[in-house]
Amino acid sequence: MFGKNDMNAAKYGSIILITFVLIAGLAIPLSPSPQSWLEFPIIPGLEEKARNILYHVPVAWTTVVAFLVGTFYGFRYLKTKNFDDDIKSVSAAGLGFMFCLLATITGAIWAKFSWGSFWNWDPRETSIFVLLLIYGAYFALRSALETEEKRATLSAVYSIIAGITVPFFVFVMPRIMSGLHPGAKGDPDGAGPVVQFKMSPNMLVIFLLGLLGFTLFFIWLFNLRVRLARLEYQRSAHHS
Amino acid sequence: MSVTAIFALVRKDIHSELRTRYALNALVMFVVVAVATILFALRSDQPTSSVLAGLYWVVVFFTAMSGLSRTFVSEEERGTTMTLQLVATPSTVYFAKLIFNTALTFSLTIAVTALYMAVFSSTFVIQTMSTFLGTVILGSLGFASASTIIAAIVAKANTRATLYPVLSFPVLVVLLMTVMSATTKALDGEPFASALGDFQILIGYFLAMTAGSYLLFEYVWKE
Repeated sequence: MFGKNDMNAAKYGSIILITFVLIAGLAIPLSPSPQSWLEFPIIPGLEEKARNILYHVPVAWTTVVAFLVGTFYGFRYLKTKNFDDDIKSVSAAGLGFMFCLLATITGAIWAKFSWGSFWNWDPRETSIFVLLLIYGAYFALRSALETEEKRATLSAVYSIIAGITVPFFVFVMPRIMSGLHPGAKGDPDGAGPVVQFKMSPNMLVIFLLGLLGFTLFFIWLFNLRVRLARLEYQRSAHHS
Repeated sequence: MSVTAIFALVRKDIHSELRTRYALNALVMFVVVAVATILFALRSDQPTSSVLAGLYWVVVFFTAMSGLSRTFVSEEERGTTMTLQLVATPSTVYFAKLIFNTALTFSLTIAVTALYMAVFSSTFVIQTMSTFLGTVILGSLGFASASTIIAAIVAKANTRATLYPVLSFPVLVVLLMTVMSATTKALDGEPFASALGDFQILIGYFLAMTAGSYLLFEYVWKE
């Protein structure tokens, strides 16, 4: 899949980028009229809390990436019937679940301080809740199937069926439900999945580096998990 | 896959259902028990239309979850899966089961509607009949399309009864939210045009789910 050098690049790249985003995102002061590259603008209503966008959104983005990767390898397993694809699919799903939990927790804390309560059933909160349920159902299904072929095939089919509903959450729900996130119904900047980022250029650069850093972090963890799962699979095949 | 073959399978399912009445009796009892529980909880409170619409689909969801998996589980239990694989193509089986489950879900909504109109005679008043009918028909189609493929998956697993609602709910959330919103509009007497957006979602959901299930069913069925 990836060579050793690629993995080292992903590992060190993600460590450097995430460390940089953590320090820069927290250290750069806010200013009502930013003059230099070392000042963030004050966004009314968010103030210091705006810094969370540099961590919460990349984590949520990685959740989506992990879900797509898991579904993709599930789909590929159905085509190839190669167990390595099932290993990749379940490894991506495990990481997706972890990032999904992190996105839910960071989002809930942010919501508490910006909107007054941990949970408001805003369209995007509903979507991430459903994604948690999908992961829960996916792992429940896997543990209920004993033979490996059945487990791999049926969980792949389930992840694709669940994936069919994702566009409804991304594109349809925010349009018909009013919500608190940007891009919900009633937002003066228009409803839709793509949010116009009202960020200053320096904030945007750090934000994009955060996206890249968390994506590399996912690639590194994914590779580790796949290698571990392969070893476990070989060992269990060896013993039985 | 031919239409006559599909309807032959639907007839077979109806015959075997009428012979045992297993699903039918269980569904009727489930509806009665669920509505009775709601009445105990509400006592003499007058629920609003959105609460009633929600409770309506809660009853439909859990009742369907107790009965719709029968279509595949019964084939597994009676050991008729192999025979069915020999005599019919996977897509024939899929569409036959889809039609049977749609009919079952639709009759279920009719039964729940009749019961609700009787017990909530002053609050459950359908003011926009066209919206309500559209919601119930499109809702049944979408409901059946998602729950048929999941029933096929669940029939292959060990803990069927508990797994079915767990797997179905995340997939059905979009549909449930939409039918609840459309039902509220029908109860509030909003014009038919106000529910058109909901209907678009329901049609899109049904088409996407059916197309996906049609393409994936073979992998589940042959497992």
